[in-house]
Amino acid sequence: MTSGLWELVLKGVWTTVQLLVFSALLATAVSFVVGMARTHRLWIVRFVAGVYTEVFRGTSALVMIFWVFFVLPIAFGWQLVPMWAGTLALGLTYGAYGSEVVRGALNAVDPAQREGGIALSFTPAQRMRLIVLPQAVPEMIPSFCNLLIELLKGTALVSVMGMGDLTFSANLVRLALQQSAEIYTYVLVFYFVIAFVLTRLMRGLEKRLKAGIGKDAGTERAARELKRARTTGVGGGVA
Amino acid sequence: MTWDWHAVSDFMPHFRDGLLVTLQALVLGSLLSFTLGLVWTLLMRAPTRWVRWPVGVVTEFVRDTPLLVQLFFLFYVLPEWGLTFSALTTGVFAIGLHYSTYTMQVYRAGIEAVPVGQWEAATALNLPRRRTWTVVILPQAIRRVVPALGNYVISMLKDTPMLMVITVLEMLGQARLFSQQRFQFTEPLTVIGVAFVLISYLASLLLRALERRLVR
Amino acid sequence: MSVETRTEPSVTAAQPADLIRLEQVTKRFGANTVLDHLDFAVRPGRHVTLIGPSGSGKTTILRLLMTLAKPDEGTITVDGEPLFPAPEKQVREVRKKIGMVFQHFNLFPNMSVLRNLTEAPVQVLGLSKDEAEERARELLELVGLADKCGARPAQLSGGQQQRVAIARALAMRPRVLLLDEVTSALDPELVAGVLDLLRDIARSTDITMLCVTHEMGFARDISDQVLMFDGGRVIESGPPEKIFSDPEQDRTREFLGAVL
Repeated sequence: MTSGLWELVLKGVWTTVQLLVFSALLATAVSFVVGMARTHRLWIVRFVAGVYTEVFRGTSALVMIFWVFFVLPIAFGWQLVPMWAGTLALGLTYGAYGSEVVRGALNAVDPAQREGGIALSFTPAQRMRLIVLPQAVPEMIPSFCNLLIELLKGTALVSVMGMGDLTFSANLVRLALQQSAEIYTYVLVFYFVIAFVLTRLMRGLEKRLKAGIGKDAGTERAARELKRARTTGVGGGVA
Repeated sequence: MTWDWHAVSDFMPHFRDGLLVTLQALVLGSLLSFTLGLVWTLLMRAPTRWVRWPVGVVTEFVRDTPLLVQLFFLFYVLPEWGLTFSALTTGVFAIGLHYSTYTMQVYRAGIEAVPVGQWEAATALNLPRRRTWTVVILPQAIRRVVPALGNYVISMLKDTPMLMVITVLEMLGQARLFSQQRFQFTEPLTVIGVAFVLISYLASLLLRALERRLVR
Repeated sequence: MSVETRTEPSVTAAQPADLIRLEQVTKRFGANTVLDHLDFAVRPGRHVTLIGPSGSGKTTILRLLMTLAKPDEGTITVDGEPLFPAPEKQVREVRKKIGMVFQHFNLFPNMSVLRNLTEAPVQVLGLSKDEAEERARELLELVGLADKCGARPAQLSGGQQQRVAIARALAMRPRVLLLDEVTSALDPELVAGVLDLLRDIARSTDITMLCVTHEMGFARDISDQVLMFDGGRVIESGPPEKIFSDPEQDRTREFLGAVL
């Protein structure tokens, strides 16, 4: 491989990382807003949030990307630059998965904690901010970590739209060199390394947050595995 | 925003063809992932780490890298090595392999979730190892495992559109072909989008009913 | 038959207004009627203990007063102001007069001991952080845990956690303190410390206490009045000496025979 081609691949890595960061931020915001809405006391709020989750979880990420790239410009006249179109499609889809994680963790907080909050006259918003969220967030981290890896894998889908990410650069290199094994192996390794780094970072974060509420990280991994797939039923082991 | 019902009805025959291919890939991919996953699980229980370690690394590698790139790899690299399959066969193999790295975790968790007391009781009754597995452990594990496997089938359904990139004409492939020929994107893409939502929603309802019967 | 506790004999001439009043309160869970047209009132500064078999509705009364549950019928007033039925805003105001100590402590594990005590006074009562902390330290001193300010609830024993929970409830300066089986989740050797503390508070403050307990000795010590519940009604009430040594109802005698 020539240095020019390597440069192409590294640019692809950079695009993938950028897309990952942006869509992870959007997905996190969506997760919390929709997830909290799903525990709201007004049924209409819960219902709307539930419909959002079912629709965006039900559809395929790649179909969503096609829709954002092709239908959105025609139907609504919104022509987004590829980076934002990709961010939007991925963020909305993975945010729907994430909202299930948030809802699950909020519901898992001991109801006695809520009662403790009522007995001290906290408002519902104060209870959420001061008591429920600080206890729920550390429990979300392992699921969010899985989701982040799924999102990383999902970013490869934008290559189908011709966006110059890591996967797209691999296809270009294949065309240039007329051989595939080497470049695809490199690219798979790149993805694996990114995933590996993300996993370590998230584990560190989990440990720190759990120490904050006096808990041990990393217990009951096997039990979580079953629950992970069961509670959500989403993109490859998400949540 | 314009909506052309004629385009929808013209797309319908292609949609049906695509749906059939999608379901075919899904069923075969699921069966392959269930089987391969069991193989990985059993290998991971091998007594020597010279088996466990490589299996662990390879499956984690497959699980943490994009299915899309794996599809490209198999589609372009296997022929270079002299192995030629149809695009659909390659796609089924890729999906089955990818998801087997998830089902293996489900099996493992299902087995580990059987209380230790069950193993001890089987030992106390002097049941042979094989009987222990077939009458005590597996029947209890399967109840726990079915809902999780079902969820991965739904996930696989949503990943089948990726087969499009290796020329398989499943639902999204059909929609893209139709759009390119007619320059009508909205209708076919919306139709298959709705189809995915409906199918996965119905499947999840079905799964919940099944889960309720199994868990009880 | 329901007993009007206001006509109870130990009362002297000038009657201050009731601090808590329940009128014709009914609470059902499904087909099960837990409270049946209950009338019940407590005057300021009194220490009232509710006894009776489990499922007789004692804890439900505390939960209704804390607005953790809503009655199906009837009215509840606290200090002359309606708590039920009442608009949410009013409920929030009235609720500030009531504190509760739970069976399982319900401390917030994400906060230090000190912050468990200061958070509500700062956020709800609008105290400054310094004021709240000073008060919290005094209260921790009172419950004998001044050295545990920075600890997490999970690092404390059950008895210590319950003492923190008592301090937390007091930090809101409630007029009424609801005590819901506060010792039943504790190991036997830790019970005495918590009960001694409550005796202390009962003696040294004018706070009104409403207490559900299985500790009959404690009930005898601190109460002015004991109410015996059965089947969603008060079947007997009176000063502890009377109830514990010479109950009128067979049901009360039976119950006391079983627990004492």
